[in-house]
Amino acid sequence: MAAQSRGQWGAAGTGLAVFILLMTFLVIPVGKVIYVAFVDVNTGRLTLLNFADFFNTSLFRESFVNSIYVAGMSVLFAALISMPLAYFTTRFNFAGAAVIQTLGVIPLIMPPFVGAVAMQLLFGANGSVNLLLDEHFGFTIPFMEGLNGVIMVESIHYFPFILINLSASLNNIDRAMEESAQNLGAHGLRLFRRIVFPLAMPGFAAGAALVFLKVFDDLGTPLLLNVNNMLAPQAYLRISSIGISDPMGYVISVILVAFSLLSLWTSYLATRGRDYASVQKGGGGLMKRDLKPWEKAGAWAVIILILLLVLSPHIGLLLLSFGTIWSFSVLPDGFTLAHYGEVFSTALPYITNTLLYAGLAALLDVLVATAIAYVVWRTELPGRKVLDYMGTAAVAVPGVVLGIGYLRTFHDFNLPIVGKPLASWWVIIVIALMIRRLPYALRAATAALQQVAVSLEEAAQNLGAGRFTTVRRIVVPLMAGGIAAGFVTAFATAAVELSATLMLVSAESDAPLAYGIYVYMQTAAGRGPGAALGVLAVIIVGVATYLSHRFVERTRAAHEVTARDG
Amino acid sequence: MKHAFFKSAGLAAVVALALLSGVSARAMENKLVVVTSFPKDLTSVFKKAFEAKYPGVKVEMLKKKTTAGVKYIQETASNNTSDLFWASAPDAFEVLKGDGLLAKYQVKAKGIPEKVGAFPINDPDGYYKGFAASGYGFMWNTRYLKAKKLPAPREWEDLTKPVYFGHVGMSAPSRSGTTHLTVETVLQGDGWEKGWALWKRIAGNFKTVTERSFGVPSGVNSGEFGIGIVIDFFGFSSKATGYPVEFHYPTVTTLVPANIAIVTKAPHPKNAATFIEFLLSPEGQKLLLDPKIQRLPVRPELYKGPAKNLPNPFTGGIGAKVKFDVKKSKARYNLVNSMFDVMITYRLDDLRAATKAIHAAARALAAKPNAEGQKMLDQARALVAALPIDEAKSLDPAFAAIFKKKRKKATDKVTGRQAEVEQKWDEMVKANYAKARMLAEKAAGMAR
Repeated sequence: MAAQSRGQWGAAGTGLAVFILLMTFLVIPVGKVIYVAFVDVNTGRLTLLNFADFFNTSLFRESFVNSIYVAGMSVLFAALISMPLAYFTTRFNFAGAAVIQTLGVIPLIMPPFVGAVAMQLLFGANGSVNLLLDEHFGFTIPFMEGLNGVIMVESIHYFPFILINLSASLNNIDRAMEESAQNLGAHGLRLFRRIVFPLAMPGFAAGAALVFLKVFDDLGTPLLLNVNNMLAPQAYLRISSIGISDPMGYVISVILVAFSLLSLWTSYLATRGRDYASVQKGGGGLMKRDLKPWEKAGAWAVIILILLLVLSPHIGLLLLSFGTIWSFSVLPDGFTLAHYGEVFSTALPYITNTLLYAGLAALLDVLVATAIAYVVWRTELPGRKVLDYMGTAAVAVPGVVLGIGYLRTFHDFNLPIVGKPLASWWVIIVIALMIRRLPYALRAATAALQQVAVSLEEAAQNLGAGRFTTVRRIVVPLMAGGIAAGFVTAFATAAVELSATLMLVSAESDAPLAYGIYVYMQTAAGRGPGAALGVLAVIIVGVATYLSHRFVERTRAAHEVTARDG
Repeated sequence: MKHAFFKSAGLAAVVALALLSGVSARAMENKLVVVTSFPKDLTSVFKKAFEAKYPGVKVEMLKKKTTAGVKYIQETASNNTSDLFWASAPDAFEVLKGDGLLAKYQVKAKGIPEKVGAFPINDPDGYYKGFAASGYGFMWNTRYLKAKKLPAPREWEDLTKPVYFGHVGMSAPSRSGTTHLTVETVLQGDGWEKGWALWKRIAGNFKTVTERSFGVPSGVNSGEFGIGIVIDFFGFSSKATGYPVEFHYPTVTTLVPANIAIVTKAPHPKNAATFIEFLLSPEGQKLLLDPKIQRLPVRPELYKGPAKNLPNPFTGGIGAKVKFDVKKSKARYNLVNSMFDVMITYRLDDLRAATKAIHAAARALAAKPNAEGQKMLDQARALVAALPIDEAKSLDPAFAAIFKKKRKKATDKVTGRQAEVEQKWDEMVKANYAKARMLAEKAAGMAR
């Protein structure tokens, strides 16, 4: 009993610490910005007038509809891309599995705005594909026109969220379930529909909700494709071009936050009231079987086709980085190494900064996310849901808003030891990245925790383990796969984040890679060097992601051994 | 297991500490912090040359687009860390000057004329200094024009022709200081009503409105669209890099200086002053001729020597037609931005649909004239050109105040909200474009 109550206090302390952290670096800065949405510009009094203006303006209503349409379609396409990939890797003994797991994550580690540049060159109105089509068949396809372009770039960029979460879920399904179903006569599609898919639902829902939210508030891609009639670009354009006192940008931010919470709640409803936990662990997921030769050929064909599509931004970027002049032609006029020569000398600080910032941010993310998930799902603390909502709401805060909020909140006083304001110290970038990526880690940790049966913890506690011991010896090892997925996602995406960083970099020596690429891309003298830096970024972040993945996997394996032996 | 964990945690702490001390040591060096909207191609050349000449000074270039740079300096004013603001658009400097965020400085360098075109090179009040001249015009991709069999445009009016439908690109004035100058120049050169009508007819041919001014040369260079409305050095530097592009100044253009100024309470005022003098010295001015920069120097003697290949802005050949009025531009700065966005940027699809119908009707009526159809076509054109406000209202300080970024004092009374005004404009513009399209389609039907 004593252990039990001490555990309760520990959980409360953890919850409080997380609460204070989120208040300081999320709620207060964003609150300072959002407050503007409720202020009458002319009188300075609180008002709802600005919201009336929003719904009265047809442009904003249109933007709202467009944003929902684009986010929905992107989820659909992302699901279409990731389902076959996830299915092949978890279901069959198949050499392609390793290829999928490696290449499938690569789209995430490229800043979406860079991907958009490359896609424009390949699929744009006068891109390689359309030039070829026009020359040989006399017609073109508007892949990249308006909203199509946003949907295409976004679904290719964000589908790994579904892939990662879905694969993790599929791997966690108890083989006994499938075997029982098969013994009862379920096969093929019926087995998938009635057993496999429902059991994988938490992962799919988590992934789909993330894709929806990310697309809903993504700024870089629509901006780079010059699509204005969507909510996030409208918010950004209002704030950055009209100014800090124009309330509409903030009204849009409030609506983004509110709507994102709504969609999260919907995904929560979709998985509520069902028990996805498996008691047995270590069954190794679904039964894997070997493919017949013709099946194998078919699987490879599907995979290569999909991978060619999802890797097209990288192919385009690679061509751009080696190309000399690429203008209204299928391929660059010539090839050169000069762009790499130009960036090699300057890229090192960008690289070290990126690894440091993204590594620290992802580490903090999994710590905080695991703490939140545990407090929310395994304790009875009053108000614990608030932590979940706060952590998740961060996904709906546009990076620009967070950036402005930090400048407003942390700029006016110098930190004692550092001697400059927190807002211009590099640590603020880590904090911003941590807050921005927390929702990913949180979804992953929550999905993982939902699949751990409470009965296992109860068993441990019945055997006399305190809450801390239970968490450390039972919960965390069982969650390790999900936590690893959370770390990898947070790290990889933090490494390519731009929107908040752009506001917060106060010295070039503190700038991360994405900022460097952005700077290199701002030129009329060709985007070759920017593309070269982009290729370096993809390679470096890819290698670092892979290494961290390996490290986490090894730690997990070691944990499992100690858990079994101890 | 435990040991390994503590060891790696300890290692991480050591690494973190080392990085931390490295960062704070760097902060103590002699520095110069420049907030700039210029691309790396320009800043890196000056950074390298300046650091070579003044060893021991480390130059930090903070790149932000003009509007974001202004915002950054405003937001950080309470604890300023920037020394210089370095950008193209004089209006952006006017905004900072108005907020008291620029410091006065007297240039020591000799040999720079008072004016370029009709524009004073240095701020008459002594705050910001011009270091290069820029004019506005259009660039085009020669491969693109050849493949699509299009003639090269010479004047603004050319860009309104039906052959260019879907081939033109431009940035929005609210997002690019240089684009704002282009828009305002035409409004002042052709007059408010005619100027806006011209912009809308050109915009009807737009392929896209880019997010930043850099998006226009990139789009032309890659062949995404054929013709871009840009500031001159985008054209010159793209061409110097090897892209198949050309640049041309139309008759209605203006030459304006690109500027630099010291920020109030700059932490390194001495270095800031040294940098300005370096920039204006013959040595610094010659750096502007780098193939990736290609800006017009403000030292006339260079045009006889190293700058022979660039157009000389001091002979009166370029932009002599428009006398650019900075005060007028400043008075309605945000209002013009907002009008352009409401009428063009955000209603581009509607505008394009109306323009397409008008082009089709004009073609049909030319083949088979019809008086009533012609009347409808004229009506359609008038509807597209219609403006929500006249020039007098655009210059009315009480009305323009609705669009001001900040109220100076709490007692400043402003009636009306920007969103409210824009909403009314948007309704009117949308209805007009839809009606124009309908009329034009009807007119085309009559010619059949």
